[in-house]
Amino acid sequence: MIAAIGLLVGVLLGLLLQPTVPVWLDPYLPIAVVAALDAVFGALRAFLDGIFDDKVFVVSFVSNVLIAALIVYLGDKLGVGGQLSTGVIVVLGIRIFSNVAAIRRHVFHA
Amino acid sequence: MTDEPTHEDRDERPLDGRTRLLGALRRPGSRGQAVAAVLLAVLGFAAVTQVRSNGRDDAYVGARQGDLIQYINSLDLASQRAQTEITRLERTREALGNDTQARRTALTRARQQAATLGILAGTVPAVGPGVRVTVADPTRGVGTNQMIDGLEELRDAGAEVIQIGDTKDPNHTVRVVAQTSMQDTAGGGIVVDGKVLRAPYVIDAIGDPHTLATALDFTGGFISEVQGVGGKVTVDELNQLRITTVRTPSTPDYAQPTTNR
Repeated sequence: MIAAIGLLVGVLLGLLLQPTVPVWLDPYLPIAVVAALDAVFGALRAFLDGIFDDKVFVVSFVSNVLIAALIVYLGDKLGVGGQLSTGVIVVLGIRIFSNVAAIRRHVFHA
Repeated sequence: MTDEPTHEDRDERPLDGRTRLLGALRRPGSRGQAVAAVLLAVLGFAAVTQVRSNGRDDAYVGARQGDLIQYINSLDLASQRAQTEITRLERTREALGNDTQARRTALTRARQQAATLGILAGTVPAVGPGVRVTVADPTRGVGTNQMIDGLEELRDAGAEVIQIGDTKDPNHTVRVVAQTSMQDTAGGGIVVDGKVLRAPYVIDAIGDPHTLATALDFTGGFISEVQGVGGKVTVDELNQLRITTVRTPSTPDYAQPTTNR
């Protein structure tokens, strides 16, 4: 309940404050958002499996975001930022799909 | 990175995933839910921010160096193509301008030539300085001999347009051109190009007035010739002489123009 409300509050805050993305953050924010989405779906799956732990969730969320940003940063430094971003997005997308598949099995038994 | 399903915790009741989810939604929530709420709020905030910034038109803000170089290169190529196109179009415009200029020049030249030929052939009216020669013939002695001599002398002196006859009556006025012919009539008068003219004859000639007047007046010339047969000649030098008599151009029946010289 509170989790859903938290998501809603975050979205509303973003809509109301209309913050601008700092230039230095611009290449990393989209990757970070996708990584966080992966962490959230993983947590939801763990919750449905009955093995959810808030500490694990926090650690996985933060580390996901940081590692994604780090990979992109490293890619930019190495001159392969665009390709590496694409690679990270693909991997995270595959993980999100598999997690959602597990969630679907729990919720719909199908 | 994600929660590994190795964590053992909580009651080991064989709970269904769906009922657990519904229960979590109904209950206010535990510490875990609060933490999740904070992180989800961060996620929602970041996602909305990213979506909004993505929607704005600042495609080049934060773009990578390579991408920017590629943009610039493609812009360079596009401007190069546009420049080539501009050069081509300018050349076309120049060619068209030259064409128009040439056509205009040709048209002007043709008009000038038409005017010149029209004056020569007597198909257009003419105006200019000249002389009016009035030949009075009380004794009816003046004939084609004198008149032809007079016309010849006027032409010698550079008369460009000549008309002969009564200026007030176009039916008895003839424009003198290359084909003009003359003959005497029995009743004292002359026939010029089929028109009968009676004295006094008026000859209008456009040319330098003084030269024309001088050409007629010398010993054995036109004036003395006419006086010899009992006539009288008056020469008026005019600054402005208008010759309105024209003839319709006739198409030659036998002569064909040829380019061989």
